[in-house]
Amino acid sequence: MLVNSDQIIEALIETIQMVAFSLLFSAVLGLPLGILLVVTRKGHLLQNLPVFNVINGIINIFRSVPFIILMVAIIPVTRLIVGTSIGTAAAVVPLVFYAGPYIARLIENSLLEVDPGVLEAAQAMGATPAQIIFKFLIPEALSSLVLAFTIATIGLVGASAMAGAVGGGGLGDLAITYGYQRFDTMVMLITVGILVVMVQGLQTFGNILSKRIRRR
Amino acid sequence: MIEFQNLKKVYNSGGQQVAALNGIDLTINKGEIFGVIGFSGAGKSSLIRCVNWLEQPTSGRVIVDGYDLTVLSAKEIREVKRNIGMVFQHFNLLNSKTVFANVAMPLILAKVPKEEIKKRVNELLEFVGLSDKANNYPDQLSGGQKQRIGIARALATKPSILLCDEATSALDPQTTSSILELLKKINREYNITILIITHEMAVIREICDRVAVIEAGKIIEEGTVFNVFSSPKTVTARNFVSSVMNDQIPDSIRKIVEENAGLQRIFRINFIGNSAGQPLLSQLAKKFDIHINVLFGNITELQGTPFGNLIVEFQGAESEINRALMFISQEKVTVKEVKAHAS
Repeated sequence: MLVNSDQIIEALIETIQMVAFSLLFSAVLGLPLGILLVVTRKGHLLQNLPVFNVINGIINIFRSVPFIILMVAIIPVTRLIVGTSIGTAAAVVPLVFYAGPYIARLIENSLLEVDPGVLEAAQAMGATPAQIIFKFLIPEALSSLVLAFTIATIGLVGASAMAGAVGGGGLGDLAITYGYQRFDTMVMLITVGILVVMVQGLQTFGNILSKRIRRR
Repeated sequence: MIEFQNLKKVYNSGGQQVAALNGIDLTINKGEIFGVIGFSGAGKSSLIRCVNWLEQPTSGRVIVDGYDLTVLSAKEIREVKRNIGMVFQHFNLLNSKTVFANVAMPLILAKVPKEEIKKRVNELLEFVGLSDKANNYPDQLSGGQKQRIGIARALATKPSILLCDEATSALDPQTTSSILELLKKINREYNITILIITHEMAVIREICDRVAVIEAGKIIEEGTVFNVFSSPKTVTARNFVSSVMNDQIPDSIRKIVEENAGLQRIFRINFIGNSAGQPLLSQLAKKFDIHINVLFGNITELQGTPFGNLIVEFQGAESEINRALMFISQEKVTVKEVKAHAS
């Protein structure tokens, strides 16, 4: 095998860092966008079609660019923010541009599942739009939101592995450099194995958490 | 008090203008239980939703406790809403929150201190008879229990008006009557004005003081429950009334009557209040040379007053029948000749 265990652990830590930071920033970006996508739509709480159409359009554009191209295309932005376009920190930028709009869509889906009757009851009580969003809409969707974030996190694990292709570091980088380009099957098996365990763990955790919130 | 003045609501559906409310003028007095009945699509839902601004009318006025909602700001309307509770057909409880938290919600929104919320919620749960369910979640409750929680929530801010939007339509008959009993108790104990919309005439008969029949966005008939039930004026009102007070001659009897050729005349006699206690038919049979055949009869209680409905066949000479009719007209009953096939 061309790599030792220290290298694998280092790559694992890089992957976790990439996923964690990009998840954090994508959530910060995607959560408000997802909420806006719901409440500004026709007939909803704060109906505002221009805002809805602009957000909807921008999200579609980002979602239609393949991640590998997105990574390269936004290199100038990455340089502007991080100062470099290579390395784990630099990989976070395209990951956020990838996962932010994705999370916005997932959140939109979850929030749309909330029974409109509950929101009507909130309006009948005289709740303000902010109260309706934070005391009714989000709590009612929480269980579904947890599953949405689970999906997004797993998506980020996959995307972060791809970021390895442009020198992002992490398990994906290891798999491509040693496993693929230098035909080291062992490295390939180990990295993919670790990724499988990560995904299984995340999904199980998400399911348990979601179920606990649903309280059934 | 709720007042609608020339209220109109027009929807734009696919380029077509659909008028849900077509000039409603209606006053609901303080402390009464008022029912609005209509078929689905008649506009009753739009009407009740204009009271707490879930829907905004296209024109006209909605005046609630002296406040004209059409001129208030969004913030002022939210304040008015605290004074209006609403109960929904599908309960609309938060499934993610306990029964206690659900009932507490309007108080939390109004920023009532925690201690006070606790006291008030416990009081409300006791009132609706579900103190033991405080820590349960709505999906652990039956439909009737959920509606009790919905009612407790609607009463949390001590409103003066309670809106019931088909509040019993998703419940079985037995649960329906227990919920209606609860609404009566609320009206009696707290003197809360209750506006009910429903398509079930039984609900109106059970608890309303006054009723309005709505059709195609217009009030086509309005009056006390007693008057509308005992003498409905429009076809729609008659249909609704007969849905709960069967006053048709049963088919099998009608057939026998029709086959029996001869001098037969059929009359509907309505007894109201004390007259229901008079032995009118036996008096007729003794005084006049006629035979009386009872085809159909029932007595219903409307707002505590008995209302009797008899369909009888008089057999005998024309002159004797006419004399009998003269006699009846002096009594406190109404009599109307009907054809065997008509109601």
